[in-house]
Amino acid sequence: MSQRVFRRFVEVGRVCLINYGPLEGKICVIVDVIDENEALVDGPSSITGVSRQSIPFSRISLTDITINIPRSCRHKTLVKAFNQENVLERWAKTKWARKIASKETRANLNDFQRFQVMIAKKKRNRAVRAEQAKLLKANA
Amino acid sequence: WILIAIQIEVMSQNNPVRNPWIAKGVRRFGRSAAYKRSGKWAVKTKGPLAAPQPEETTVDKTFQGGVRKVPKQKQSRYYPAEDVSTPLYSRKKNVNAPKLRESLVPGAVLILLSGKFRGKRVVMLKALESGLLLVTGPYAVNGVPLRRVNAAYVIATSTVIDIESVNVPDHLNDDYFKRPSNANSAEFGDEEQAVKPKVSEERKNDQKQVDTALLQQINEQSGLKAYLNARFSLSKRDYPHQMKF
Repeated sequence: MSQRVFRRFVEVGRVCLINYGPLEGKICVIVDVIDENEALVDGPSSITGVSRQSIPFSRISLTDITINIPRSCRHKTLVKAFNQENVLERWAKTKWARKIASKETRANLNDFQRFQVMIAKKKRNRAVRAEQAKLLKANA
Repeated sequence: WILIAIQIEVMSQNNPVRNPWIAKGVRRFGRSAAYKRSGKWAVKTKGPLAAPQPEETTVDKTFQGGVRKVPKQKQSRYYPAEDVSTPLYSRKKNVNAPKLRESLVPGAVLILLSGKFRGKRVVMLKALESGLLLVTGPYAVNGVPLRRVNAAYVIATSTVIDIESVNVPDHLNDDYFKRPSNANSAEFGDEEQAVKPKVSEERKNDQKQVDTALLQQINEQSGLKAYLNARFSLSKRDYPHQMKF
């Protein structure tokens, strides 16, 4: 009965991923909301490299992670809360972050590694299909 | 830009700006003030440097009549009656060691892009004097013999095999691989009599010598043999400009 239309909200403490511009791919926290288009965002700058700045909502994606900070808090307070809630660890565990990481590894494979991946995939698929065939036969 | 440059300089403590710009073309201190601040007035000079002494080109020589100055090196009696022409610049004589891409290193795995063996992955042995690359399959792995290959038609992968222990004989040079000019001098219509090129025993021996040492190195790394046996190809979503080799 408590079905929500929206699950992630723009709020102070919402952890976001920047997906456009020179800081693309970096994590930041919404520290304050400026108006309907922009938020004030901070990395924290000493941890993620995103310095305190305004950023339009069109450039960021909200994640599921929020931290408990007062509005417009200092960098020091933000760092404390960020580390206490293990944001980077929690982010790295999400499927979203893992997909981004795997895309990057795939793009950096050299020719030999691509060959090895192909062989590994073939082996895995063959093993899966063999099991599947066995199960189908057993249930036939 | 000038203001930014000043800020950067001020931040570096080793090089303080003594006379910064305050506006375009206007420095903080005028000529005499700048001179005073520079401290050049306090530096005591050593005086004018002695002029460099020219080398002695003459020597005293005693003759019957007295002493005379005579040049150390006598001028030659001969000079050409007509102008001596200097030879024109010849590019053929300006031959240097071939300059290859940095990725083309002995032992590198290359992907051949053209010719009979296109798509094959081969091992580069060395660069020859002509700039071509000496390459081998090895023959037992993928059927590519000792061969010359043009570096322009090759993708160099970042995989490098350690061929320190592989002795590439020195006689494998451009002359060894050069095609004999009268290979098929059969006349038109006389094809049955034309000699089909056979692989000489020398080639086979050289191939064996190089390949046995090379195969030892290849077998050390798992999967490398299968990799060299496979051909390279592009499939639907492969974009070479985005791929790392």
